[in-house]
Amino acid sequence: MSIIITKDLNLYYGNFQALREINLEVQPNKITALIGPSGCGKSTLLRVFNRMNDLIEGVRIEGKVIIEDEDVYHPKTDLIKLRKKVGMVFQRPNPFPLSVFENVAFGLKIHGLSRERINEVVEESLKRVMLWDDLKDKLHTPALKLSLEQQQRLCIARLMPVKPDILLMDEPCSALDPIATQRIEELMHWLKQNYTIVIVTHNMQQAARVSDETGFMLLGELVEFGMTEQIFTTPAKRRTEEYITGRFG
Amino acid sequence: MKKLSPKITQKIVFSLLSLATLLAMVPVVLIVLIIIKNGLGAINWEFLTTAPRNGMREGGILPAIVGTFCLVTGAVVFAVPVGVFAAIYLNEYAKKNWLTRLIRLAIINLAGVSSVVYGLFGLGLFVIFLKFGASILAGAMTLAIMNLPVIITATREALANVPQSFREVSLSLGASKWQTIWHVVLPNAIPGILTGIILEISRAAGETAPILFTVAAFYLPGFPTSVFDQVMALPMHLYAISTQIPNIGLDVRYGTALVLLGVVLGVNSVVIIIRARLRRRQKW
Ligand SMILES: Nc1ncnc2c1ncn2[C@@H]1O[C@H](COP(=O)(O)OP(=O)(O)OP(=O)(O)O)[C@@H](O)[C@H]1O
Ligand SMILES: [Mg+2]
Repeated sequence: MSIIITKDLNLYYGNFQALREINLEVQPNKITALIGPSGCGKSTLLRVFNRMNDLIEGVRIEGKVIIEDEDVYHPKTDLIKLRKKVGMVFQRPNPFPLSVFENVAFGLKIHGLSRERINEVVEESLKRVMLWDDLKDKLHTPALKLSLEQQQRLCIARLMPVKPDILLMDEPCSALDPIATQRIEELMHWLKQNYTIVIVTHNMQQAARVSDETGFMLLGELVEFGMTEQIFTTPAKRRTEEYITGRFG
Repeated sequence: MKKLSPKITQKIVFSLLSLATLLAMVPVVLIVLIIIKNGLGAINWEFLTTAPRNGMREGGILPAIVGTFCLVTGAVVFAVPVGVFAAIYLNEYAKKNWLTRLIRLAIINLAGVSSVVYGLFGLGLFVIFLKFGASILAGAMTLAIMNLPVIITATREALANVPQSFREVSLSLGASKWQTIWHVVLPNAIPGILTGIILEISRAAGETAPILFTVAAFYLPGFPTSVFDQVMALPMHLYAISTQIPNIGLDVRYGTALVLLGVVLGVNSVVIIIRARLRRRQKW
C-alpha cells in the first residue's frame, strides 16, 4: 500500500506552472529520492505533501494528493493533524535560538503532550537521531552552539515527539561537509525502520546511496520514477539518462 | 585631479563619520553635565521625600515624582497590550494590500503629531466626553495614545525581524498560527518591543503638553488615592516653577530636572537590563 499518492497533480504560482501532471506513489518505510536540476520543482512537490505551499500567496493546486488514505487538499482536512503526520527537515539546519532541550520539547509544548514524561521523551528523541550520547550533558546549551551536523540531527529529533509517520527532507545535507553527510545518511537508513522518508537532493551519489526509489524531475514534470537501481543503471527515458550521465543540469 | 587612494578615502570617510557621531553626542553630554552641575546641590533627602512648601520655593518634589510614576505606569499598562496586539495583527494577520499600507503610513505620521494635539484630544475625549475629569486615568490614557504609534512601529519592526524560517518550522511542526506567534515569534521579538517601551517611558515621563489639560495639578501636595485623582508631575512642575514662580532658586529648577532625568534613566535601565538578558539568551 502506498503511503503518499498524487494523481494528476498540477501546481501554479500565479500564472507559472511549477508542477505538471505529477503521478507518484511513495511506499511506506522506504526512502524515496527526488532528483533533478535546479528549479525543476522538487521543493515545490515536497511542500505539497505537508501543505507548506499554503503559506505562499497565489498558489493554486489541481489534482489529488492522498496521504494515508486521506485527501490532503480536501477543504475539511485538519492541517495541524496533517503536519503532525508529515514532518519536515529543511535545507539549512534551523533550530530555534533556544537550548537543546527546549528545541526537542517544542512539539510537546505545542501539542500539550504529557508533561510528566517530558524528560523521557526528550531522551528518547535524541537517542533516535543518535545524539543522546553526545549531548546528554549539554541539554541546556544553546542549540546554535552545536556543529551544523548536530544541529541538523537536532532538527530531526525535534520532529520525534510529534510522532510523524513521514519525514520530508529538502536537501538536508547541502550545508554539511562530506563526513557529516555520510553520518546523516547512516541516520536515514536507521530511521527508515520507523519512518517513510522523502528526500530531495542535488547529489546523485547521495540518491543512489540512500534511496530505495527515485523520481527524476524536469521542468515541473516527473519524467521517470522507479527503483533506484533501475533509474541509475537502466533508465527508461533518454532525458533521465542524459541527466544521470551528467549531460545537463 | 588625481584620484585618492582607497586607503586615504577610507581614512577621510572614517574621520567624517566619527566627527558626525561626536557632534551628535556633544549636546547630550552638555545637557546632562549642566543639569548635574547646577542641580546636584539641590538634591537631598528632604528634596526627594517631602512636598513643596512656601509657594513651591522650598521643600521637596515627592508628589511630582509619585505622580510621574503613576502616569508612566498607567501609560505603559494601556499602550503596551494594545500596541503589541495591533502590531501583531498588522504584521502577521492583515493582508498586505493598500489598506494596510495606508494604516501603516498613518501610524508613522501619528508619531510625528505635536504632543499638544494629543493633549487637546485627551481633554476632549477623556476629561470632558467620557467624564473622567482631570485625572490620572485621563492623563495616562492620553500619554498611552500619544505613544501607541511608537510602540506599534517598534513592535512591527521587531516582528518583521524574526526570521521567516522560524515561523515555517513551527507551522511545519503542526503549531497553529497563534501558537507560532505566541511561542516563537513574540519571544524572539521581545527585545525589539522593549526598545519601543523604553522610548514610550522616556516620552511619557518627559512630556508636558499631553498632561497639562488632562491630569497635571499645579500644586497638590498630597498623594493620589484613586485613578480619578489629579497629580503633580515632574515636567509640569518644572514648567510651573520655571515660568510661574518668581525668585525661585536656580538649583531647585535644575534639581527637578535632574530628578526627572534620574527617574527616566532608572526606569529605562531596568528595561535595558531585562532586554540584555533576553538578548543573551536568544541569539541567531
Ligand atoms: N514562491 C514562488 N513564487 C513563484 N515561483 C516560485 C516560487 N517558488 C518557486 N517558484 C518557481 O517554481 C519552480 C520550482 O521551484 P522549486 O523551488 O520547487 O525548485 P527546486 O527543484 O527545489 O530547485 P532547487 O534545486 O534550486 O532547490 C522554479 O522555477 C521557481 O522559480
Ligand atoms: Mg529546492
